Amino acid sequence: MASAISPLAASSPSGTTVTAPKTRSYWSNVLRRFLKDRIAVACAVILLLLILAAIFAPWLDLADPYRGSMIKRLRPIGTEGLPLGSDEQGRDMLARLIYGGRLTLLIGLLPVVFAFFIATVLGVAAGYAGGWVNTVIMRTVDVFFAFPSVLLAIAISGALGAGIVNSLVSLTIVFIPPITRVAESVTSSVRSLDYIDAARASGGNALTIVRVHVLGNVLGPIFVYATSLTSVCMILAAGLSFLGIGVKPPEPEWGLMLNTLRTAIYVNPIVAALPGVMIFITSLCLNLLSDGLRSAMNVKD
Amino acid sequence: MSKAPLLQIENLHVRFKSDRTVHAINGLNLHLQEGEMLALLGESGSGKSVTLKTLLRLLPPKRTEIDGTVQVNGTDIMTLSGTRLSAYRGGDVSMVFQEPALALDPVYTIGDQIAETVMRHKSVGRAEARQVALDMLTRVRIPSPERRLKNYPHEMSGGMRQRAMIALALASRPKLLLADEPTTALDATVQIQILLLLRELQREFGMSIIFVTHDIGVAVEISDRVAVMYAGNIVESGSTRDIIKDARHPYTRGLLAANLHGVDRGRRLDTIAGSPPSLETKPDACSFAPRCTEARPQCLRALPPFFAPSPGRQVACNLEEGYSPASHGLTAAPAIAC
Repeated sequence: MASAISPLAASSPSGTTVTAPKTRSYWSNVLRRFLKDRIAVACAVILLLLILAAIFAPWLDLADPYRGSMIKRLRPIGTEGLPLGSDEQGRDMLARLIYGGRLTLLIGLLPVVFAFFIATVLGVAAGYAGGWVNTVIMRTVDVFFAFPSVLLAIAISGALGAGIVNSLVSLTIVFIPPITRVAESVTSSVRSLDYIDAARASGGNALTIVRVHVLGNVLGPIFVYATSLTSVCMILAAGLSFLGIGVKPPEPEWGLMLNTLRTAIYVNPIVAALPGVMIFITSLCLNLLSDGLRSAMNVKD
Repeated sequence: MSKAPLLQIENLHVRFKSDRTVHAINGLNLHLQEGEMLALLGESGSGKSVTLKTLLRLLPPKRTEIDGTVQVNGTDIMTLSGTRLSAYRGGDVSMVFQEPALALDPVYTIGDQIAETVMRHKSVGRAEARQVALDMLTRVRIPSPERRLKNYPHEMSGGMRQRAMIALALASRPKLLLADEPTTALDATVQIQILLLLRELQREFGMSIIFVTHDIGVAVEISDRVAVMYAGNIVESGSTRDIIKDARHPYTRGLLAANLHGVDRGRRLDTIAGSPPSLETKPDACSFAPRCTEARPQCLRALPPFFAPSPGRQVACNLEEGYSPASHGLTAAPAIAC
């Protein structure tokens, strides 16, 4: 039977002796490309240090971030016993900055994580179902889009009252619309591709197709977009605290610290600017990191 | 009488509704025996791909109106839904797409994609499914299949991807394979390899294939029987040899004349003048008549009936009116099984 098929036989050696470089998996490729990007790696290291410092703050042998001293107020950087000076109540700035990282990172990252999950569900549902489902979800999202994000966050936080949980809620609500928009547009472009039809033709039901073929292709772009929002979220969270509708004193939080030290800007400007510097470094690193991730995860080149 | 056909399409009508209605398929009748290889031939927009997608119920249900019966193995597929439809798609009938680069999911390896289909239809574990995937890649003659299992679609060449696509389609051993211009996106040497592979696999697995193409050379190369489509219906069908030797319908003759073989330099190529009808209205006369050089007045008045000039043939053309009419337009003739 196979005798009539000579061109085929010629084209396909029956043995598997072909030697070729071992193919790497997708994620090891991503890692390799990411490691080549020096700036992104540096940012990742800085962020990792900040996060580790925040997590292990109680074991770092730091001064009590809540204990002030009326004598040692607003000391400059490098004072003995106060490596980064002290704030307007004489509390150790180093300890407060590290402890402040805990809250700041928490309310900077958690809303994006929550919004990422909720918005992915909404956006994928809207994009895949289309029709009136899409209309309902996307027009509702558009309503939230009508407000500037800062204003919306302030409005919701103001209505709910100050507090950590309330600012988490308000920031989550602020970040759902943009991520939903991205998820919807990526999903509807994937939905019309041939491999979705091919999956249906080979018997996949809607749930399998969404779970395997849609999510597999849209999670990457949505994730990268969400990482780019974390820096915005941090700044917004700090802004809420700065305005007094986020974290309440005496909790250490970078935005709040920036607010209370504002009055000392002429007395000891460098110490007063330190929380701002931390916010700046963290959000810059997050931005550059998400940029690096984006280029490392782009397979199609 | 031969045994019941594997596929039986009767009086199929497909209309797409939107701002304007498109009559994509108009009263199509088609039979396919087990183990038969049918080439569906026609130009763009003649309804070839729509026929295939109807067979898998892939057309968007909201905008599509489908009349007529489609029976596969005695089951009316228009009544299927839910899990039975999922089991039918890819289980009894599966499809090879035109552009393998688009029809394979870019974020999963070839092995994962084949294994997924196998697990779905055969209810086996992952390890066993991967074994089947490896076996399928070997059968479609992909060199070093173990390594290719772990490849992503973008790491493979076009011919390799189409082989992988065929392996994926055949992994659950369907009785009927639908091939939608599977070689159009490939270059000529790879094209013939894929054609031969398909024919060999068809004999190996004993399945039937409907092969859609607009390339009459490809159709001749591979098929037992040819059905020529024009404006949403089959205008002529018969065994490949009969069609090549003695095409009856003026459209088929035009297609056969319009090839590049034996053409002298400097001579104009033979073409069929005009263009296909728009199908916005349901055809009530011969759709080809406006382009036909031999059209008669009655061609423009009513749809031409099917005539059977010889066993196993049918031609929808008034020029054949000396012959007996084909029974209800069906190929109920004995000579079809190869």
